[in-house]
Amino acid sequence: MSWVRVCGADEIDEEDVIRFDHGGRTFAVYRSPENEYYATDGLCTHEKVHLADGLVMDDIIECPKHNGRFNYKTGEAKGAPVCINLRTYPVKVEADTVYIDID
Amino acid sequence: MAAGIAEGGMVIVGAGETGARAARALREEGWDGPITLIGEEAHPPYERPPLSKDVVKSLEELAPKLALTPEEMVDLTIDHLPRRCAVAIDRDAHLVTLDDGPAVRYEKLLLATGAEARRLSLAGEGAGRVLYLRRHEEAVAIRAALGQGKRVVIIGGGFIGLELAASAVERGGQVTLLEAAPRILTRGVPAVLAERLAARHVAAGVDLRTGVSIARVDLDAVVLADGDRIPYDAVVAGVGAVPRTDLAEKAGLSVENGIRVDTTLMTDDPDIFAAGDCCAYLHPLYDGRRIRLEAWRNAHDQGALVARNMLGVGEEISAVPWFWSDQYELCLQIAGLADAGATTVARDLGEGAEMLFHLADDGRLVAASALGSLGRVAREVRVAEMLIERRAKPDPAQLGDPEVKLKALAKG
Repeated sequence: MSWVRVCGADEIDEEDVIRFDHGGRTFAVYRSPENEYYATDGLCTHEKVHLADGLVMDDIIECPKHNGRFNYKTGEAKGAPVCINLRTYPVKVEADTVYIDID
Repeated sequence: MAAGIAEGGMVIVGAGETGARAARALREEGWDGPITLIGEEAHPPYERPPLSKDVVKSLEELAPKLALTPEEMVDLTIDHLPRRCAVAIDRDAHLVTLDDGPAVRYEKLLLATGAEARRLSLAGEGAGRVLYLRRHEEAVAIRAALGQGKRVVIIGGGFIGLELAASAVERGGQVTLLEAAPRILTRGVPAVLAERLAARHVAAGVDLRTGVSIARVDLDAVVLADGDRIPYDAVVAGVGAVPRTDLAEKAGLSVENGIRVDTTLMTDDPDIFAAGDCCAYLHPLYDGRRIRLEAWRNAHDQGALVARNMLGVGEEISAVPWFWSDQYELCLQIAGLADAGATTVARDLGEGAEMLFHLADDGRLVAASALGSLGRVAREVRVAEMLIERRAKPDPAQLGDPEVKLKALAKG
């Protein structure tokens, strides 16, 4: 386990996403409409585009360039142009702070 | 016929984004008969957007970014016929004749023939040196002509010309961009945003000249009508695209700035469909207006839609026209048809990014356009697209107020 602090819990809006860079890697960290937190790889698997620039609707993140859609809770790619799933990471919230396990 | 006849099943002429997407979608929709994908190029289907950007900017020669790999085509049993040109359609016999090999019999035929770069007729000994961009090999040739200190003249201030100008600058070139019209991007881009893009090019060192005409191209310089000589190492023209409709015309199908199709992408012939850059269709959101789009997203979406309709679904086009352009650190995105608007509301997206909402006379949102970093513009335009699709009439005061979340309007 390798927990890394991302941000304060209220620094991500409900049903939104932020970009988080750490150790040369980039992640996307989400807050769902149900107020739960999730994390995935930060770049779309189709082209190297930051998913955090895209729109979160319910449990879907949409790539800002090609509208590739992923379920950010499971990482599942929802069909062309994206066919490769996103890797997801465990997230925890402690003392109003969001952490992800980047191992 | 000596060469015989092959049973093609669902036959697709044109192996670009639309053709590739349609082939994949036919399998996704459950078609288990043959799929034949006929393409003129040697490559498997590939994506064209990187050609004016990554491919020409890269210091190494890049391979095409494939939309459908050979392995996928094997898995999906898609029969790809590269380097083959469809020369005629026999509609009674349901046959497509190729320039080489057996004719192909179709159950349903998709024309996804795309568009080709419009050629200029230029005077001068250097006219033959003018480069154009449509295919991967052409991007490779342009890439080879760019570099540190290279003097590059670009003819045409449309998307291809502007993206190539930005790419040439990033490669260290000295760029002159020539546009015949009084401003760049006259087609479909609001003047305010076009001016901001123009200013960005000028700031990057591009010698941007509008309202100019070319007298001739010499071997070493482009000569303008006013006699000015612009020396060059490379000249590239990006002056629009022409839909490839010859095959359809020869087969007696209607053509009207593109192969004429109905709202399900069907041509006059119920067994022949057309999709992507080559077709002109009536968009339900812009009633009465026949449009033809040259955009990646349109090619992709129509590929999926036409596959369903080739299988008899009869689904109408509903997707909002959408496209993007990347130049320097800026991203331009437009959803809808901006020129269908009567009034405009501006919204400040922060960090210099700006968005315009285009409203029809009755207050309906018909388009939204934005320029700025991808992070500032993409989600706002996406939300606007949803509003456009559902024919919303949002309150202009709220649209213009950066404190009001657009997403809240879409959900409300």
